[in-house]
Amino acid sequence: MTEAPTIAKTTCYHCGDECLTTSFSIDEKQFCCHGCKSVYEILADSGLCSYYNYNDHPGATRARIDKRFDYLSEPSILKELLDYTDDHISLITFYIPHIHCSSCLWLLEQLNRFNPAIHYSRVDFLKKQLVVRFDHQQLGLQQLVELLYDIGYEPLISLQDIIKKQNKADKGNLVQKIAVAGFCFGNVMLLSFPEYFGLSVYEHSFKQFFGYLNILFALPVVFFSGRGYFISAWTNLKSKILNIDFPLALGIAVLFARTVAEILTHTGAGFADTLCGLVFFLLVGKFVQQKTYHHISFERDYRSFFPVAVQVLTDEIEKPIPLAQLVTGHRMVIRHNEIIPADAILLKGKALIDFSFVTGEAVPVNKTLGEIIYAGGRQTGEAIELEVVKPVSQSYLTQLWNNEAFTRKQDNRMKTFNETVSKYFTIVLIIIAIGSLMAWLPFNFRRGIDAFTAVLIVACPCALALSTPFTMSAALSIFDRNLFYLKNTAVVEQLARIDTLVMDKTGTITTGNSKRIELSGELSDVQKQMVYSACSNSIHPLSRMICQFLGDMRKLPVNEYIEIPGKGINANIAGHQLHIGSGDLIFGYYIDTKQITRVHLMIDGYYLGYFGFAHEYRDGMEKISSLSPDYQLFLLSGDQNHERNELIHFFHDDSRMHFNQSPQQKLDMIQNLQQKGHKVMMLGDGLNDSGALKQSDLGVAVTDNVNNFSPGSDAILDGRSFDKLPAFLRFSKDTVNIIHLSFLISLTYNIIGLSYAVTGRLSPLIAAVLMPLSTVTIISFTTLATHFTAKRRKLI
Amino acid sequence: MSIIYFLIGCSVLLALGFLSAFLWAQRSGQNDDLYTPSIRILLDDEHPDEDKK
Repeated sequence: MTEAPTIAKTTCYHCGDECLTTSFSIDEKQFCCHGCKSVYEILADSGLCSYYNYNDHPGATRARIDKRFDYLSEPSILKELLDYTDDHISLITFYIPHIHCSSCLWLLEQLNRFNPAIHYSRVDFLKKQLVVRFDHQQLGLQQLVELLYDIGYEPLISLQDIIKKQNKADKGNLVQKIAVAGFCFGNVMLLSFPEYFGLSVYEHSFKQFFGYLNILFALPVVFFSGRGYFISAWTNLKSKILNIDFPLALGIAVLFARTVAEILTHTGAGFADTLCGLVFFLLVGKFVQQKTYHHISFERDYRSFFPVAVQVLTDEIEKPIPLAQLVTGHRMVIRHNEIIPADAILLKGKALIDFSFVTGEAVPVNKTLGEIIYAGGRQTGEAIELEVVKPVSQSYLTQLWNNEAFTRKQDNRMKTFNETVSKYFTIVLIIIAIGSLMAWLPFNFRRGIDAFTAVLIVACPCALALSTPFTMSAALSIFDRNLFYLKNTAVVEQLARIDTLVMDKTGTITTGNSKRIELSGELSDVQKQMVYSACSNSIHPLSRMICQFLGDMRKLPVNEYIEIPGKGINANIAGHQLHIGSGDLIFGYYIDTKQITRVHLMIDGYYLGYFGFAHEYRDGMEKISSLSPDYQLFLLSGDQNHERNELIHFFHDDSRMHFNQSPQQKLDMIQNLQQKGHKVMMLGDGLNDSGALKQSDLGVAVTDNVNNFSPGSDAILDGRSFDKLPAFLRFSKDTVNIIHLSFLISLTYNIIGLSYAVTGRLSPLIAAVLMPLSTVTIISFTTLATHFTAKRRKLI
Repeated sequence: MSIIYFLIGCSVLLALGFLSAFLWAQRSGQNDDLYTPSIRILLDDEHPDEDKK
């Protein structure tokens, strides 16, 4: 494309979107819609326009204007949402997805300038949270949320607020343990050095003193910092599992016992420094492994997608009731842009339901009176009345969550390499220890005990326990940099074992909104200009796409403009009558073409053709289809099969493409593949994929904005990185190889140490050198190797 | 050389002081949000009556 000089685009002062009209302007500033303009007015009134000084266009687009926060006055809902409340003061934490720049931070911390009843507001930027303390006698929660909404920061309110919960994980406790272990480690090292460098005869009284101090320092390390290992080893032993915590706990216990024994009997210096170092490094490894994404939730289900409350009509009076109390027979009112929370029959009004989140289909569907509308759709257009036919938890979509896949215990899907190895490792370790004890016992009892304990000390799989967390966390940050967010480190290993990829169609391999537009028919420039002028008044996605397609044009004055929701636009421009819209509007009947979505065009009674909207596939589909011999590819779509011919190009085999699949069928299909011994990775995006995502060995939610709702999954992939999926798969395999290699390295150290240990002459110095040395080798090897392979896979 | 007993006592007490200061900071939530203050410090203080432009 050549860069021809075009008329400078005006962008919205508030949100930065392109201004399609010039009708919204104030103070010589242009806005794209009424919403953006009103936010500016509110801020200008309160003298808070510095908001715009910190960043260009900090706001969110406000094309949608509707306020429905009545339910926030319900005491039963209030109780669930507030963190703390007394007679005057309430404390609440909001999750606000739009927080993204310093302007947001600045504005949200100035809330008390809007209303003095807000005493305190504090932003946590990474978690996208806002904590507000306010006087609820002067300002109700509803008014507070409305204020946030008015200034463009609508909080995401849902009763199943997992983000809040998961952030309360006890990472803090681990930090305390590390701090104590690190403190003791440092001091013990200091007190052990004199012993290693040699003490002269008259200094031997110090030796005793240092020894007792070392025991004192070792106590908190073993009983506070290292406590977790004993507990874990014990619970695992009770359920007859030998995991890596068992040899670790054994090592810690033996180290401590021998240290105390040697010091108290004045026979040696003990291993206090090795002990403290071991616990310290192990805990650091644990800390590194616990990476959390503050702003992403992997556990969402329909409850965080559905509203908190719904308006119910009883005796012609509307009243908000919490979703849990919604029962069959209730008559509910759903307004523009609200979600239908339960399967219901349409009683009144024109329903035009956007099922984009349930099926991925972006074009809204018309429903007639008396028809059952499934839960999860979003009404667009006028308010409708519906009668609930099934309670929320029993509806077509949500009953999926009653499937056993959702009650199954998590993280038990695949055994990690570490778990498999540590079992054999422990057995071999105990055999060697007892073997050396038996070998020495007939000749020298003391030496036998020495050898036995030394084996357990030296073979303590510190490096082994560290290799996985460090490799995985390095890998995780590589994925993270490429916009692929994994739930935890175990997911990397699962990713490496995948041999089958199952993909949803709409929203996953096709991009959600942008579609390929084709104009069938000839339009003159004037006609194009008229269409552009008419469409630029509408905020319907299809109109916006037509405007984008036609490019920048000068707008003609529109004399008459009527937008019929779900049908199209009637307009009068320069004396010409324009009809733009569905077949229903133009011909009076609806032609169900299925192939592509069409917007027909008629000017002055002449039919001029239509705009066709075909789905566009994500970049990199070619690369993914080239995975084919190594990985099996399947398509699992809830849609009609009208794109079969285009898709066969990617999937090669007709029998691997399944259309018209219900959410339950998708789940069953995955189960079927698993029973054939495949390790299945499911890529999906909507609520209808939730079952399949949960059932699969690795569920990946594909989304265009990670802050938006995405169904519960093991990983979240940003749509922009979709083409890197083959690289991700290969990289995960490399990562597992690195773990294997580092395991070999740590085994070498163990063998060197063991060769000293079995003789029973393990000096504390050797242990003190060997342990940190192996740890440092492993950490640097894994980190460097991971970065090197990431570079090779072009991920950094 | 018995001064070493005293010195070690001092150093351990000092270190314990630092440790308890850290634990106190950790428990009172000072390390919960390590990112936001870095942005907050870049924002100017202003007084509501001055910025009427």
